[in-house]
Amino acid sequence: MPARAARVTHSRRPLSFLDCIPPLILTLVLTLGLGAPRSARGQDSLVVAAAVVAAPAPAPAGGVKAIDVPNDRGDAIEVTWTPAPQKSAGDGIVTAYLLERAPAVEGPWTRVDSVGAGTHKKTDTVKSDTPYVYRVTALGAGGAAAPVVSEPVEACAQWFNTGRVSVLLAMLLFFGLVILFTLRAQAGEKLFIRRIAGIDAIEEAIGRATEMGRSVLYVPGINDIDDIQTMASLNILESVAKVTAKYETPIVVPCNYPVVMTLAQEMVKNGYVAAGRADGYDPNSVRYVTTEQFAYVAAITGIMLRDKPAANIYLGSFYAESLLLAETGFSTGAIQIAGTAQVAQLPFFVVACDYTLIGEELYAAGAYLTREPRLLGSLKGSDYMKVALIAAIVVGCVLETIGMTSFKHFFASQ
Amino acid sequence: MAFGDTLEKLDRRWIFLLVALLVLIPLLRPLRLPLAVSGPARNFYEAVEAVPAGSIVVLAGDFDPASAPELVPMTKSVVRHLFRKNVRIIALELWEGGPPLVDAILHDVGDELGKKYGIDYVNLGYKSGREAVMPSFGNSFSRTFPNDYSGTAVSKLPLMREADTFAQTALFVNISAGYPGTKEWVQQVQGRFDVRMVSGSTAVQAPEIYPYLQSGQVVGLLGGMAGAAEYEKSINVPGAATKGMDAQSSAHMFIAFLILLGNAIYFSRRGAARRPS
Amino acid sequence: MMNLLPVVLTAIVGIVVILSFFVPHPYIAEPAQKLQDWAIVIVASGYVLGAANVYKVNGESAIKRQKDWVYKWILLGSMTGMMVVGFFFSGGTQFLNEGSPFKWGYDFLYVPMQATMFSLLAFFIASAAFRAFRIRTVDAALLAVAALVVMIGRVPLGNLFTAAFPEPIQLPTMANWLLEWPQNAAKRGIAIGAGLGVMATGLRIILGIERSHMREEA
Repeated sequence: MPARAARVTHSRRPLSFLDCIPPLILTLVLTLGLGAPRSARGQDSLVVAAAVVAAPAPAPAGGVKAIDVPNDRGDAIEVTWTPAPQKSAGDGIVTAYLLERAPAVEGPWTRVDSVGAGTHKKTDTVKSDTPYVYRVTALGAGGAAAPVVSEPVEACAQWFNTGRVSVLLAMLLFFGLVILFTLRAQAGEKLFIRRIAGIDAIEEAIGRATEMGRSVLYVPGINDIDDIQTMASLNILESVAKVTAKYETPIVVPCNYPVVMTLAQEMVKNGYVAAGRADGYDPNSVRYVTTEQFAYVAAITGIMLRDKPAANIYLGSFYAESLLLAETGFSTGAIQIAGTAQVAQLPFFVVACDYTLIGEELYAAGAYLTREPRLLGSLKGSDYMKVALIAAIVVGCVLETIGMTSFKHFFASQ
Repeated sequence: MAFGDTLEKLDRRWIFLLVALLVLIPLLRPLRLPLAVSGPARNFYEAVEAVPAGSIVVLAGDFDPASAPELVPMTKSVVRHLFRKNVRIIALELWEGGPPLVDAILHDVGDELGKKYGIDYVNLGYKSGREAVMPSFGNSFSRTFPNDYSGTAVSKLPLMREADTFAQTALFVNISAGYPGTKEWVQQVQGRFDVRMVSGSTAVQAPEIYPYLQSGQVVGLLGGMAGAAEYEKSINVPGAATKGMDAQSSAHMFIAFLILLGNAIYFSRRGAARRPS
Repeated sequence: MMNLLPVVLTAIVGIVVILSFFVPHPYIAEPAQKLQDWAIVIVASGYVLGAANVYKVNGESAIKRQKDWVYKWILLGSMTGMMVVGFFFSGGTQFLNEGSPFKWGYDFLYVPMQATMFSLLAFFIASAAFRAFRIRTVDAALLAVAALVVMIGRVPLGNLFTAAFPEPIQLPTMANWLLEWPQNAAKRGIAIGAGLGVMATGLRIILGIERSHMREEA
C-alpha cells in the first residue's frame, strides 16, 4: 500500500512554481549532457536528476558479471553484481539498480528491469545464441552513478541437465533391474510373490454377490488416466470382470472421466471375452457419471443404496470421498475391498473396509492376479531397488551424522 | 450392559444430529477461544512477509466449492496480505469448479484495497489438463494461458508483460484441496523451475504436505480451517476461519469423546464376556 | 499392425517426455511441450465423449421407463438446462460474470450442493470413530492415542487443557511432533514404495509389457 499511496498523493498535490524549478534546472543539465548518464532518460532521469542538486550520487556497482544460466534451454542469462560501495561519507545511498542490455557496448540499450537496493541478481529471458552485454547503474536520491558494463555473453541450450545426474543414475539402475528380472522371468525362472489378502478376497466377495443374486460395484478412483493408480486399477478390473463373467454376476463401473470410461469398457469387455462369455457383456455396465468429485460420490452412494451391491471394490486414487463411500457401503452390508496409494486416505479405508491394499500393493495387484512372468519380474526389480534405496538412506544418515554432506548434495536435484 | 447394547446399536443418525448441534451452536454463540499460531503457519506468514513490495507472486487456487469453507478464508487472507504489501498477483486455477471463487476473492479484496485489474492482479482462469498444465505453465505463463479468465489476451495486460516464467516471480502460493494440487506442483514445478513455494491445504490433505515441508520444498503450510484461522491471527484480520474454529473445537472434542465411549463399551462387554456365568 | 501401433506410439511419447526431464535443449523440450499440449487437448475433448455417454446410458433408461427412470429424467433435465442456460442465455464467453443466469446456478445450486456433500464427512467421521476405533491390540492403542492427541491438539479448546504445562508436553506441541516425525516417516516409506510402483508400471506400459488396455482378445 505505501508505494501506491505515495504515488496517488503526489499526483493530487497542487504544484507550486518552486516545485518546478529543480526539474527545469535539471532538464537543462540533461539537455546539455552535463553528467546525467544515457540510461537515465525520461521520467527516470527527472527523478534522478532532481536529486542531484540536493545529494551526491552513489558510487557505481561493482563486479558486474553476466553468465549463461546452466542446464536450461538457452533462453536465460543471469546478471550479478556487488553492492555499490560507500567509500566516503559523501557518497550517496543507493535506492535502486537499473539493469539494461544491448547487443554490443555501443548500444542501443534496452531497459531490462529496475530492482531494489537489496537485490544483486537478475535473470533475464533472451534469444539463444545471440551476444549480449549488460550494464548496471546504481541509482540514488543524489542521481545516477556511472554504469558498469559486463563482458559479452551468449545464452546456449544444453544437451544435459547436470543437476539431474543422480536422478538419471537411479533411474537407469531401476530400469536395469526391472528389465533384468523381466528377462529372467521370461526365461522361466520361478519368482515368489507373497500373498495379498485383499486381492484373494476379491473372488470370495464376487462369489458372495453371486449367492445373494446382487451386483458387484467397481470404483476405479477419481483420477484420470494420467494417474498411474487409475491405470493399475483398470488392469485389475480386467481380472475382476473375468471372474464376474465366470459367475454371471453383473458388474457396475461408474467412471469419473470419459477417457477412463472408454478404457474401462475395453477392460470389462476383455474380461468377458477371456471368460468365454462375450455375449454377457453389457456396454452400459461401464458408464461415465461426472467429473465433479462430490456429484460422483452422490451417484455412487445412490447406486449403493438403491441396488445394494453385495461387493464394493474401490481401487485407484481417492480423496475426501473415501470415507463417504466406505461408510455408505458399510451401512448396506456389502463386503468392501479398497486399495490406494493416497496415504492420507488409507486410514479411512482401513477403518471402514474389510480389506485394504496399501500403496504399492495396488501396483502389484495386476501381476499378482495374472501371474504373468514378465509382470512378476518387474515386481522383483522394484524390490531390489527398494533395498538399494534403503541402503542409500542408511549411508546418508551415517554420513550426515558424521558431518559429511557431499552424499546428500549429490542426490539434491535441480 | 443393556445401556452399552443400546449405545452399540444406536441409529447413527442420532450421532449425526449431535454433531450438527455441536457445530451449529458455537457458530451462533462463539466462545472466542484463544488461538496459538503453529510453526508451519508462522513460516507461511514469514515467507509472504519476506516478499519485496512490487514483486509478483503466482497464486494457484486448486479447489472448488466443496472445500470453500476451509480454503476461501485462507485464500482471502493471503490475497489481503499480499495486496497490503503492494505485491502483485497472477492467479490460475486447475479445478474447473474453482475460478469464480478465486475471481470473487481477487476482486473483493482488490476493490477494498484499491487495486486495479491487469496492473496489480490478473486471473488467468481455468485450464483443462490438470498435471500436464503445470510444466507447461512453468515454461511460459502466456503460452499456457493466452487469454485471461474473461477472455482478454494476456498480451494486453501490463502485469503479464512483466512475468512469463517463475524466474520473474518472488513466491508461488498454492491453495489446494487435492488432485491436482500441492503434491503435483512440487513434483512438476518446484524443483524443475527452482520455485519458492508455500501451500494452503484442506485439513485432510495437510499431512500429505509434511514431507515436502520438512525437506524445504514447501516453506510454509496452512492446514485446513485451523491454518486459515492462524493466518488470520497473524495478519490481524479475524475472518470466517476464526469464527469457525469454535465449531471445529467442539466437533473434534465430540469425536474424541465418541472414540473413548466406543472403547469403554468395548472393554465393559469384553470384561463381561470373560466373567464366569 | 493395429496392435503394434499403439505400443510404438506409447513408447515414443514416454521416452520423449522422460528425456525432456534430462535434456533441456529445445530439440527435445519443444516436442515434449507439444505432447503435453496435445494431452491437454485430448483430455478436454474427452468431455464431449463423456456427455454423449451420459445421454446414451440414462436416455435409454428414461425413455424405456426402466428402474429409477424419474431420476434419469431429473439428471438429463438438469444437465441440459445448465448447458442451454450457459451457452445461450448467459452472455457467451462471459457466462460466469456476476449477474448471469449461469452464475446464479453456480452460486445458489452448485456451491451449496458441493459444500453439503463435503460436509457429510464430519458426520461420517463421527460415526466411523464410534464404531471402528476399538483398542483391540497394542498397535490399535497407539493409533487411538495418536488420533486423540492430534485431534484435540489442533483446536483451541484442546490448547486450553494443557496451556499451564511446559511447552514440550502441551498438546499442540505433541500433535505437531506426531505430524512431523512418526507420521512423516511412515508416509515416506509408503511413498517410496508407491513411487517405485508408479515407475515400474510406467516402464511396463512404455515397454509394452503391460498393454491389456490396448488389445481386444478374439
